[in-house]
Amino acid sequence: MNAQSQIAPPTGMLAELTHRCPLGCPYCSNPLELERAADELDTQTWKRVFSEAAEAGVLHVHLSGGEPCARRDIVELTAHCAAVGLYTNLITSAVGLTRPLFDALVAAGLDHVQLSIQDAEPASADRIAGYDGAFARKREVAAWTTQAGLPLTVNAVMHRANISRAARMVDMAVELGARRIEVAHTQYYGWAMKNRAALMPTREATEKAVADVEALRRKYQGRIVIDHVVPDYHARFPKACMNGWGRRTLNVTPSGKVLPCHAAETIPGLEFWNVREHSIGAAWYDSPAFNAFRGTAWMKEPCVSCERKEIDFGGCRCQALALTGDARNADPICHLSPHHARVQKIAAEEAPAIAPDYIYRRLKAKA
Amino acid sequence: MSAPTATSRPRLPRGVRLKHDKVRDEWLLLAPERVVKANPVAVAVLERCTGEKTLGEIVDDLAAAYSAERSLIERDVTKLIADLADKRMVDL
Ligand code: SF4
Ligand code: SF4
Repeated sequence: MNAQSQIAPPTGMLAELTHRCPLGCPYCSNPLELERAADELDTQTWKRVFSEAAEAGVLHVHLSGGEPCARRDIVELTAHCAAVGLYTNLITSAVGLTRPLFDALVAAGLDHVQLSIQDAEPASADRIAGYDGAFARKREVAAWTTQAGLPLTVNAVMHRANISRAARMVDMAVELGARRIEVAHTQYYGWAMKNRAALMPTREATEKAVADVEALRRKYQGRIVIDHVVPDYHARFPKACMNGWGRRTLNVTPSGKVLPCHAAETIPGLEFWNVREHSIGAAWYDSPAFNAFRGTAWMKEPCVSCERKEIDFGGCRCQALALTGDARNADPICHLSPHHARVQKIAAEEAPAIAPDYIYRRLKAKA
Repeated sequence: MSAPTATSRPRLPRGVRLKHDKVRDEWLLLAPERVVKANPVAVAVLERCTGEKTLGEIVDDLAAAYSAERSLIERDVTKLIADLADKRMVDL
């Protein structure tokens, strides 16, 4: 079989340069088992990976983490990405970014900055991040970004502590000069699953926030693009997770594992390839993990005979595993799934009256 | 934000790039988290969105280059620029 003729080239790559991060967001999408600094790929290997990604057809590269600016070679890596023609996005918490470093990144050819904002209220924002003064740093980095003429995206993850201020966070993004905001309601896996009781908002609060944010679309049309990832516990059909497994994007972890999505390692039995032994192109086209859930041949009922199977690809594999015990099942968000009642039960669950404390994301936290 | 007029000077802001992609053999407009395929007409328009020419001048240019009806070109170009401005991929 000539795999390359049937599989489209990747369009985006998330490069988790490091799992080190000064912040401790309790919903962090990094795995519970954070990779150690000693296992990180070195500068030369990352450069090779970026060159291979560009050759394989990757258009956007997202320099992420952890906090990517914790890497001392961040400027060198950014310059390399720009040199090989990648559209280069820095996903940062702002903490660890100084003015000289920022200016060097801009000069190196950075295309876009994506800044996470924890809340519109400074004290609450710092409490969520587990870092005093983080909020003020973010305002500063936003200003540098717009002064440099770079597009700024604000990323806002919504949960119990900030959901009543969802609309204010959009206003704040406009004030900061962002051209785009991602409003994402917490998805419960990894650290967020560990902190679910502390993070889960009430149903009314969620519905109000969703309506408030949607109402701002008209007001801000042409000023800010609102990408709104609505909570899927109330949906009838699942989302096409990652636009389909192995169809558009790939992740590289700090130690070089090539993953179809950041939660893929939660699925047992998948064989991931490492960039130390394989090229990005080879991992994309030929690694067992990428081919495990490509296309539709792996599906079970009800997906097999469903007309939406090429639309949502059966939803999220990691969610199917977490909630049904089998990654090949339909994502139970789907109302056709025999496990859908489980999801409804979770959705109906009341948020606790008093939220427990956060378990902050830390490198040495016990899983 | 205002709609484009004949005197707007559309330009691609920093962070929006027109690129010929060798792997797919296509012209693409790249922006934060967005990839838009650009057909030959869009490429011709976008290459002229440098902030120097007015929309009216871009239309004149294209009408001459393609010897097509000016009013039709004006309509298409205005629509394209308005759509992209809405997505914050073109500044006016
Ligand atoms: S989500 Fe928070 S803790 Fe996790 S990498 Fe981003 S800033 Fe750091
Ligand atoms: S049955 Fe499967 S393919 Fe059909 S809508 Fe549900 S998850 Fe999607």
